[in-house]
Amino acid sequence: MTTKPNLLFLAAVAIISASALAYEILLMRLFSIIQWHHFAYMIISLALLGYGISGVFLALNCDRLTQCFPSAIMANMLLFSLSAPVCFLLAQQIPFNPAEILWTPVQLLYLCSIYLILTLPFFFAANVVGLSFYQYKEQVSFIYAADLFGAGVGSASVILLLFLVFPQKILAVLTMSGVVAALMVSNCGFRGQRDSTNQWLSSSVFIIGIAVVLVLTALTTLNVSPYKSQNQLLRVPGTKIIDRYSSPLGVISVVKSAVTPLRHAPGLSLNATTEPPEQLAVFTDADNMTAITRYNGNPETISYLDQTTSALPYHLKQLTDILILGAGTGSDILQANYHAIKRIDAVELNPQVIDLVKEKYADFAGRIYSSGNINLHVGEARGYLTATKENYDLVNISLLDAFGASAAGLYSMAENYLYTEQGIQEYMQHVSPGGYLSFTRWVKIPPRDEVKLLTTVINALKRDNIRQPGSRIIMIRSWQTSTLMVKNGVISIDEISRLKQFCNERSFDPVYYPGISEPEVNQFNIQQQPYLYQAAMALLGDKSRAFIDAYKFNIEAATDDQPYLFHFFKWRTLPEILPLLDSGGTFLLESGYLLLIAALLQAIFASLLLIALPLWLWKSKLGIKPESGSHLRVLAYFSCLGLAFLFIEIAFIQKFILILHHPLYAITVVLSAFLLTAGAGSYFSKKLSGSTEKSASMLPMAAIALLSISYSLGFESITGFLLQTGSLSRYLLSIMLIAPLGFCMGMPFPMGLDKISQTTPAMIPWAWGINGCASVISAILATLIAMQFGFTVLIFLAIALYGLAALCFPDSKPIL
Amino acid sequence: MKRLKHLIFWLIVIGLILLLFSSHVIAEDDFQQQRRALVDIIKADVERTRDFLKQESLDERVFDAIRKVPRHEFVSDDQRPYAYQNRPLPIGYGQTISQPYIVAVMTDLLELKKTDRVLEVGTGSGYQAAILAELADSVYTIEIVEDLGRQAAENLKRAGYDAVHTRIGDGYYGWEAAAPFDGIVVTAVASHIPPPLIKQLKPGGRMIIPVGAQFMTQYLVLVTKDVDGKVTTRQILPVSFVPLTGAH
Repeated sequence: MTTKPNLLFLAAVAIISASALAYEILLMRLFSIIQWHHFAYMIISLALLGYGISGVFLALNCDRLTQCFPSAIMANMLLFSLSAPVCFLLAQQIPFNPAEILWTPVQLLYLCSIYLILTLPFFFAANVVGLSFYQYKEQVSFIYAADLFGAGVGSASVILLLFLVFPQKILAVLTMSGVVAALMVSNCGFRGQRDSTNQWLSSSVFIIGIAVVLVLTALTTLNVSPYKSQNQLLRVPGTKIIDRYSSPLGVISVVKSAVTPLRHAPGLSLNATTEPPEQLAVFTDADNMTAITRYNGNPETISYLDQTTSALPYHLKQLTDILILGAGTGSDILQANYHAIKRIDAVELNPQVIDLVKEKYADFAGRIYSSGNINLHVGEARGYLTATKENYDLVNISLLDAFGASAAGLYSMAENYLYTEQGIQEYMQHVSPGGYLSFTRWVKIPPRDEVKLLTTVINALKRDNIRQPGSRIIMIRSWQTSTLMVKNGVISIDEISRLKQFCNERSFDPVYYPGISEPEVNQFNIQQQPYLYQAAMALLGDKSRAFIDAYKFNIEAATDDQPYLFHFFKWRTLPEILPLLDSGGTFLLESGYLLLIAALLQAIFASLLLIALPLWLWKSKLGIKPESGSHLRVLAYFSCLGLAFLFIEIAFIQKFILILHHPLYAITVVLSAFLLTAGAGSYFSKKLSGSTEKSASMLPMAAIALLSISYSLGFESITGFLLQTGSLSRYLLSIMLIAPLGFCMGMPFPMGLDKISQTTPAMIPWAWGINGCASVISAILATLIAMQFGFTVLIFLAIALYGLAALCFPDSKPIL
Repeated sequence: MKRLKHLIFWLIVIGLILLLFSSHVIAEDDFQQQRRALVDIIKADVERTRDFLKQESLDERVFDAIRKVPRHEFVSDDQRPYAYQNRPLPIGYGQTISQPYIVAVMTDLLELKKTDRVLEVGTGSGYQAAILAELADSVYTIEIVEDLGRQAAENLKRAGYDAVHTRIGDGYYGWEAAAPFDGIVVTAVASHIPPPLIKQLKPGGRMIIPVGAQFMTQYLVLVTKDVDGKVTTRQILPVSFVPLTGAH
């Protein structure tokens, strides 16, 4: 038995950790395509409990397994590489339909089966790391460093791979990396391994691995839910997918309908007589449809775009320079072209969508992105605005999310920095005097996001010291969409009369303008009560606080610290909604938030079971005396670490999105930087472990607290400084800021393990399981805390948890 | 002895044949009972949502139609046990058959007379068309998914609704040859209300559109064209829920 792992072995462990993390991200993507992303979240949260089960399994069997260490490691590596694709293929065969879950109890059974199946690959991956911890108990910092380093590389690699190949093909890459890791272990030169066995094993493993990879690559197709809008469109005769692209932002497919025109014109006036020209449907993850519209340069062919609520700003005054945020497949640009706008700046996050309109279907789309009056910017909206010094007559944001997802509450837990008080302040800084900021959103009944956006806009104006926000706001609606506009100046009587004319001609209803009276609203598109008018009047009046509190959905303003425009859930309303579920009230439930709670509860339940089970059943096997309470310190220590690590990581990823602008790159850079530097910290921790007692263990935690507090308190200044610098330096400086924090965060775990390896080594796998369970709970809990209290609170909670961990640092006395 | 055996044999055969027939009758009876129970559930739901519907109850003829139309004939065999539950059911091809309560409310909102002509865009399984056929003079229904349209036509025939005019094709332009219509039901979700359908609606006519994903109707849009041709919409929440009560 070796006492120090060699480099090849550490590399193999790193590969498995990389593959496991890549598999986790990949499953999120795959389930977002075949199902909907909130269920993906739920499935992953439990599947990761494979780590917890592994802890129990190893706690009971580690002695037996260490006797055949290399074979056990290799077997788990190979089992991971085989189970990763096979378990996904099995899971997607289960006819799970989330929409039916309230009607059909068998759906719960399907969901549980998916959980169980997907737990397996994580179980095998966790076995590799957990067993290595036990085997090299005096060198845990090396193993943990390899684990973190692997995870860091894995997170970055899978993002890169998602640009290159379709997600289902990456499963084969994971299989291959598992096989490579097993081969590396077989060549590590473990004592007791015979050369011939080695060779035989190596070659057979390699051949089987390659064969499986080839077969899987050829056979894997995604079993997308028939209820997703892309599949529904594909039922129409003459439709087919003509193009597909993969990216970490989603799989984009282009669908052509040869027989029946697509006619995508959301919010079209009842009085419209024209219909859209030929269109191509563009789906993201088989849902969220938008369309590329054929344009031959003749504005008359796109006159239907003047029959929507979003056309209002163009009718209030002559506009010259406009900015379109989220230009997508170009309908807002066509609308601006219809109104002969001289200069259009367009910002779009997804380069592949741009590529479709600008290159691949440029002729079809009338080369709108290449015309002289357009400046196209690929990037995130707020990032663009921070960098530019331009001002505009109109800043326009329209329907960035498709109706289906927004209505079903699926976005509730997704952070969105577009619609926050600070975001709106930023937009207003770039609106010329007398110009407008315009939002168009889907009408929902009962109203939710429109009201929440209104609250946010009013708060943003108040932050800008506008005493009478009501004098600058106008809002109209059709039966399907509403448009909210904010003027950089006071709305004039002329503008109000133009608004009335615009609405009359199109059968739209005014919701609010300065001086509006109740008889003017709810005339063409009649709601039970003029909900939006009532909301506007209340929010702009002196009883806004009471209105927000009394409203049955959460309509508190969204801020950068709580960027959740789509989080409407209020616990108080739940008892009223529950009895309505069986009579068709499911749409009232903010399912995303409740599913998050459900995921948290099941993760806590499973964790308690998995942590407590070995403790109560096999105490003596773990080396714990019945009356000893020291194991509770171990439990508390590793739980706190698991929770705190992800709290900080998640909070800083979110904070850095605002600096790095692009959510995807921010997540990749921050996550990888955290994991890689934590790996380095773990490697270094050996030196600290060797030194004196508790004071040494306190050091990294004190540093974490100090760094987190200073970053958190000084974040506005840091942001202000970094945003002045160029793109590359922003990334480099961000990494430099994260590095010391990550470095310190990599230390407490191996230091704790190192301590118990000296006292009760049998507890190592148990501690590893606890950490795994706590990490799963942490990921969900962090989102819930951020939604409720904001990211700053999350960071301070993490610091408190590190403090608690410092108090519970395992004793140097044996627990026996 | 042999004759006795013969007699017993024939008695058993006749008994089995009778049992077979009676089981059919018993099953029909059972379905009838389930439909009656379903109507009671719908009535209770209507009672709860009367503020939104702006009426105390639905037209009794709508309830008669639900009591009469065999919903189990419009779903696949595996869904038959749930045919008379007040819930949406999958009918294949990524489509669903609406919750009976929603079907009842939608039908009622059309305010059909026995002499009316109705268009349905999106036949689905054919159940809504059968309900409409009970209340109107003539029903025209269009389905774009070929297999679904063919299956619906068979369902309607089997359930005795041969008079319903079915067509497979694009419903965006309505059914020009049979226009104008007193009522139009658009069950296939569209990104907007097709202008040709508004055109094919008679002055005084009503169009109803359920909005939302499969399995989840979020609200109903009632489009009315008054005698002067002015078009207005009314959005109706199908459950008893107000975002805010009290004066503000």
